[in-house]
Amino acid sequence: MYKKVDNKDIEYLRSVIPANRILVHDEISDDYAHDELGGIEVKPEVLIYVRSTEEVSKVMKYAYENEIPVVARGSGTDLVGAAVALEGGIMICTKQMNHILEVDETNLTVTVEPGVLLMELQAYVEERDLFYPPDPGEKSATIGGNISTNAGGMRAVKYGVTRDYVRGLTVVMPNGEIEHFGGKVVKNSSGYDIKDLIIGSEGTLCIITEAILKLVPKPAYSVSMLLPFMTMEKAIEVVPEIIRSKASLTAIEYMSLDTIISAEQFLGKKFPDTNYEAYILLTFDGNSMNEIQDEYTKVANLCIEKGAIDGYFVDTDERKKSVWNARGAFLEAIKASTDLMDECDVVVPKGKVADFIKYTHEVGKEVGLRIPSFGHAGDGNLHIYLCKDSMAEEIWKQKADKAFELLYTKAREFGGMVSGEHGIGYAKKPYLARQVGENQIELMRSIKKVFDPKNILNPGKVC
Amino acid sequence: MNIIVCIKQVPGTTNVNVDPVTGTLIRDGVAAKMNPYDLYALELGFKLKDKHGGTLNVVSMGPNSALEVIREAIYMGADGGVLISDRKFGGADVLATSYTLCSGILALGDFDVILCGKQTTDGDTAQVGSELAEHLKVPHAANVRDVDVDGDRIKYVSNLDNKIVTAKIKTPCLLCVDGEVNTPRLPSFKRKLQYGDCAEQIRIITFDDLQDKDETHYGLKGSPTQVERIFNPDKKSEKEIIKDGNLASEMYKILRDRKFV
Ligand SMILES: Cc1cc2nc3c(=O)[nH]c(=O)nc-3n(C[C@H](O)[C@H](O)[C@H](O)COP(=O)(O)OP(=O)(O)OC[C@H]3O[C@@H](n4cnc5c(N)ncnc54)[C@H](O)[C@@H]3O)c2cc1C
Repeated sequence: MYKKVDNKDIEYLRSVIPANRILVHDEISDDYAHDELGGIEVKPEVLIYVRSTEEVSKVMKYAYENEIPVVARGSGTDLVGAAVALEGGIMICTKQMNHILEVDETNLTVTVEPGVLLMELQAYVEERDLFYPPDPGEKSATIGGNISTNAGGMRAVKYGVTRDYVRGLTVVMPNGEIEHFGGKVVKNSSGYDIKDLIIGSEGTLCIITEAILKLVPKPAYSVSMLLPFMTMEKAIEVVPEIIRSKASLTAIEYMSLDTIISAEQFLGKKFPDTNYEAYILLTFDGNSMNEIQDEYTKVANLCIEKGAIDGYFVDTDERKKSVWNARGAFLEAIKASTDLMDECDVVVPKGKVADFIKYTHEVGKEVGLRIPSFGHAGDGNLHIYLCKDSMAEEIWKQKADKAFELLYTKAREFGGMVSGEHGIGYAKKPYLARQVGENQIELMRSIKKVFDPKNILNPGKVC
Repeated sequence: MNIIVCIKQVPGTTNVNVDPVTGTLIRDGVAAKMNPYDLYALELGFKLKDKHGGTLNVVSMGPNSALEVIREAIYMGADGGVLISDRKFGGADVLATSYTLCSGILALGDFDVILCGKQTTDGDTAQVGSELAEHLKVPHAANVRDVDVDGDRIKYVSNLDNKIVTAKIKTPCLLCVDGEVNTPRLPSFKRKLQYGDCAEQIRIITFDDLQDKDETHYGLKGSPTQVERIFNPDKKSEKEIIKDGNLASEMYKILRDRKFV
């Protein structure tokens, strides 16, 4: 049993953090009781807006000594209940630690506090002709959150995921001690890579208070192409062909007409084309327009040969906005199209994407659920949504359980994983355990114990 | 129905720099694109054509590089295009530009409706459409959001700030199309393959093709506007932080005062 926060605790916290940055019980907005999808609501007892590593350290040390649970929180946009304070206790919100501390143009790194938002970071470095490639859909997520969930996004096909851009971390351990892992170095073979263990650990091992991120020179040009198809089957069958063509692509996304229509309704904005059942969206980037032209000509010809109706150019800021804003809104749009939904964020080997999407259609029919999906076809990471559509609670639960069971079993059979980028948190724990087995879960728990022997940091998550 | 859409090539980014010495826009090295407002006019034209048939041609005045945007319009679905281009047309202000466009359009023959974008993102005067209609002596309407054919007239919806007007206008006519009224269709790769550089679809009109050969009507010579100085407007980065009171209603008040809502 954890200690409940009492007046004495609050008094102490107020002695180390200015009182106006500490909210207690009813002062805390309900927004902090849930994330964007996890399906669980619990309010923390205390919410603290921290501003420095030292502040985090002081709070952590006190919580450790008094066995009060602590959850770190960025923007709360996660989708698996990871940022929910299941056991109450203290929530440390990093949103006021939002400074970009340094851009190092020699080492090509940027050093940030964890509360910097992805969109702020992207805009800041791009103004300097540099580029932070990870591009998850939710641009108002914090970098701390992105690192903690190893967020992926739209450019993973070419550039990889958040993990590939983290060079160094400053963290506060559960007992309040401050540690630095990695640094500005490009190579590092110095013992266990604890930085990499922390990335994707969903705030269960330590709290990230500063990060050194790798940047790349900003590509001079980027052009997307939207390819319509008569059917979803035809669209997804092209994906492996595109990959096999060895074309250099930044993104390969797939989307269906119903999802696009949901996004149109959600945004109140028309998509540039809604004449066909399914679409593939590709992005090419590089420093020479001629090279990009060669690449898209090759790929578009291939796609047309394999059934694409055409290839539409998405080449100016306005056109990119009209297409990518819709793409960015898919999750919210599907959410708005139903009373309740749940998500399956599996990742399968790229070669299995088409088969897996087809399988989701079979599951939808078999179980009797609407299961729209979209996602990063080019890296095998799919976002599959089970929609309740006003059915009775009991029936919904049964159907959703059945559908998840089928989907995760198939993913495993295909050599896939439970989560490609949204994480495990609270909602996907049983599926992770089933996938990786008792030994691996035990290994994870042992690691957690070494970092956090009192299990006070984000308890009840991941393993 | 014979539809003409006027289009212009503008710098590809909104962050255009002004040469501090000459006071002219620095266009070199910045990728160019079609004026975004013209795309809404183009889409409205496609809508008319899709529903009622006919032809849609684009007209652009500019240097040879403007062929790019004409091709783009053809890849989007235009049947053809005209580039009005001559050294003599350089340095034109609103009056000379609209006069030159008028002369070029007259050289093309009959039309039913001309659609223009509301304004360009580089010149920003929002006058060329109306002045073109005056030169052509055809009726015109501005801030148009939607069009349809109604017998021998065009029915249009126009947004006049505090009211939406639906009216009919006789053809031939000219309509200036408001921004953000639709989502313009995208250029097609297949049409690009089919038409290539569009040599057969594009006609170039020069000074010699125009009926009025008085050079003082064109270009710098035909431009009464004297530009004293062009400069980048200050980038506003003031922040106002509201801490106390009813934050939502304070914010609403500011947005309302600044006419965002
Ligand atoms: C519309 C929408 C689209 C999305 N698209 C994508 C996408 O394309 N790709 C993708 O990967 N994800 C996506 N997500 C999921 C989500 O945005 C990411 O998981 C994001 O990384 C969460 O960041 P956050 O700041 O909101 O973190 P939170 O939700 O606040 O926290 C997430 C987890 O990180 C931990 N955490 C946060 N900050 C710290 C810190 N400083 N130290 C230690 N732990 C910390 C929390 O404890 C929690 O476990 C999307 C979400 C939405 C709502």
